[in-house]
Amino acid sequence: MDFSLTQDQRMMQESLARTLAEASSLDRVRKFAGDLSDKGGDIWKVVAEFGLAGIAIPEEHGGLGLSMLDAALASEALGQAVAPVAFMGVVLAPIALLRGGTAAQQAQWLPKLASGEVVAAAAISEPIAGARDGAGVTAKGGKLSGKAFFVPGGLAAGLLIVADQAGGLHLVRGDAAGLTRTLMPGIDETRRLAELGFDGVAAEPLGGGPELLTALRDAGWILLAADTLGAAEVMLDKAVAYAKERRQFGRVIGSFQAVKHLCAEMAAELEPCRSLVWYAAYAFDAAPPNAPGEASLMAAHAKALTSEVGRFVARTSTEVHGGMGITDLLGLHFWFKRIGLNRQLLGGPERVREIAARLQGLAA
Amino acid sequence: MDLNETPQMAAFRAEVRGFLEAHRGDYAEGSANDVRAWQGLLIGHGYAARTIPREYGGYGAEPDILKGRIIAEEFIAAGAPRGMAGQGISMLVPTLLEVGSEEQKRRWIGPTLRGEIIWCQGYSEPGAGSDLANLQTKAVEDGDDFLISGSKIWTSTAAQAQMMFCLVRTEPQAPKHEGISYVLIPMDTPGIEVRPLKTMTGQAEFNEVFFTDVRVGRDQVVGGRGRGWFVANTTLKHERGMLGDPNATEARLNALIELMKTETVDGQKVIDNPVFRDRLMQLQGRVLSMKFNGLRLITSQLSQEPAGLAGLIVKLQGCELNHQLAALAIDALGELGILYHDGPHLRAKGSWQRSYMFDLGLIIGGGTAQIQKNIISERGLGLPREPKPAAA
Repeated sequence: MDFSLTQDQRMMQESLARTLAEASSLDRVRKFAGDLSDKGGDIWKVVAEFGLAGIAIPEEHGGLGLSMLDAALASEALGQAVAPVAFMGVVLAPIALLRGGTAAQQAQWLPKLASGEVVAAAAISEPIAGARDGAGVTAKGGKLSGKAFFVPGGLAAGLLIVADQAGGLHLVRGDAAGLTRTLMPGIDETRRLAELGFDGVAAEPLGGGPELLTALRDAGWILLAADTLGAAEVMLDKAVAYAKERRQFGRVIGSFQAVKHLCAEMAAELEPCRSLVWYAAYAFDAAPPNAPGEASLMAAHAKALTSEVGRFVARTSTEVHGGMGITDLLGLHFWFKRIGLNRQLLGGPERVREIAARLQGLAA
Repeated sequence: MDLNETPQMAAFRAEVRGFLEAHRGDYAEGSANDVRAWQGLLIGHGYAARTIPREYGGYGAEPDILKGRIIAEEFIAAGAPRGMAGQGISMLVPTLLEVGSEEQKRRWIGPTLRGEIIWCQGYSEPGAGSDLANLQTKAVEDGDDFLISGSKIWTSTAAQAQMMFCLVRTEPQAPKHEGISYVLIPMDTPGIEVRPLKTMTGQAEFNEVFFTDVRVGRDQVVGGRGRGWFVANTTLKHERGMLGDPNATEARLNALIELMKTETVDGQKVIDNPVFRDRLMQLQGRVLSMKFNGLRLITSQLSQEPAGLAGLIVKLQGCELNHQLAALAIDALGELGILYHDGPHLRAKGSWQRSYMFDLGLIIGGGTAQIQKNIISERGLGLPREPKPAAA
């Protein structure tokens, strides 16, 4: 039994963190957040060259062919760096193509996705998190109609994976006629969300049955959980560093138990989340595609628990920073908001836990 | 990450299962199980005292964390008792193995393992709780003996114990951590009085122990005179490992799920109430996270890497989680949850109510939650200690 990361995985983590520290520095993130004309192309180029574009794509299609655990570690690193990268579609689209696409569809798209030439986004919110304001997509005769909300990376994606209200999945080209995309201005300015409009848009159906949407949901939950884990780690680290340096009443505030206990509570809550995220990703990789079973339950709990712990860490770290914590100057809010988005996207913890109960036969 | 079991470990698991199946009659409910006979059987097969050398009465196996875990899992799954526990076996024996003299090991370990000697622990005092090193029970030299006077509190099993391992102050002039010795005291020595300490559960899980000129040979010191603080810290390490064990927490979660699936209010199952269901799912997520945190700890032990924060948080988080599980059970029982003692409507013999109260004691005992947070922030996060107040 070995419940730990391999040497390769640890090296990948360190190397990616170094790469992102440069490519996605706080100054760079700040510029992206404040300028809608900034598409972050330079950051994507670095991330794609690192290999993340093809992380979930088999080597025969030009990718790295790595596991969900590797993708989760990458997502964690992106969360640490609050990187303006819409990573969810990068991982979900290959899963959709590999499990539900034809050989021709795979050959058409996977090499382009692996090279980073085409970026994909997944529009799956409504059948998972529930429909708001009349959103939802219906499929009829190979055409899609309706609206899909909250699509990370959806503004620019060259390929869209779209879930209809019945749970079916479709491939839509980014340049398809009748497709409109609008920015949904959001609280987290490091990841832009799109509202997609479909007016009789041509789509290719994907196979894979209802299990495919389940797999995309589980993968999405794991990636969001890992992103929150990474962002919360940084918020804890920053709080500890600040508490060691900020002085009041003639001593560093980290020597006051009232402050250091806040830091201990953050660490005590966050540390077990890491193990749960690792296990959820491991279970995703180990489960047969047609019988996710335990893997879905673990993904749900990883998403729900990191959402709760993430919220606690986000507010507590901000408090440890005192008044500076809420300023734009310090920039802590980028992590705070990152965690906030991850909590709601693809279902808040209450909804996700209800699904967890259902998966065990504890709810109708 | 690879959680698959090797063929060797799978074979070992089958062996443990086979043993439990063959001896079901010895532990199944209603069997006339003799605790000491069961203990002897377990030691003989290596399911108790597994890694303790044969010459001291153990089974003498090489330490193997995975096999230890397999034994624990299979015994829990079969509902079989793990043999004798108690502070003698879990704390004194490992301490003697680490720092005891050869004579002390030969004299005490075997009978303790076989259940012939029950031990109690004399650490805390009324004025020495979190600040344990402040203990004042004194041992004054008198010929070849010490004369011990003072008192101890929170002493489990003091009424049944034949022996106590005890911290006493032998060098009153030394700095507080260096004036303490770890001594072994027969409980029938004249001058010892044990008074039960009744807690909010209604039972006396603890005792107070009073010493008036209790005469103990100076050769009963373990690990050297004035070295008691360091000897005790080897023991406390073993205690903190027991509090917050995720396997026990998972077993309790499963009992809670069962309770919520069977209890009804107005004919509706408690689990069908979305508010209760959500609370259960919140706790399940936490229990799972601590379970996998436990797997991570085992892996760190196997690879002999420091576990860091993952280890430091177990007592704090595990004890809190146990308490919350009991709290949800009581809320799920509603008005039935306020029954206690006995009566036809009492559920699970009042064990949830007792846990709710007793587990609060476990959050406090073995290093309070606040002391745990000091440890996490100082050793885990590198934050400075609270400065000592200037002398008055």
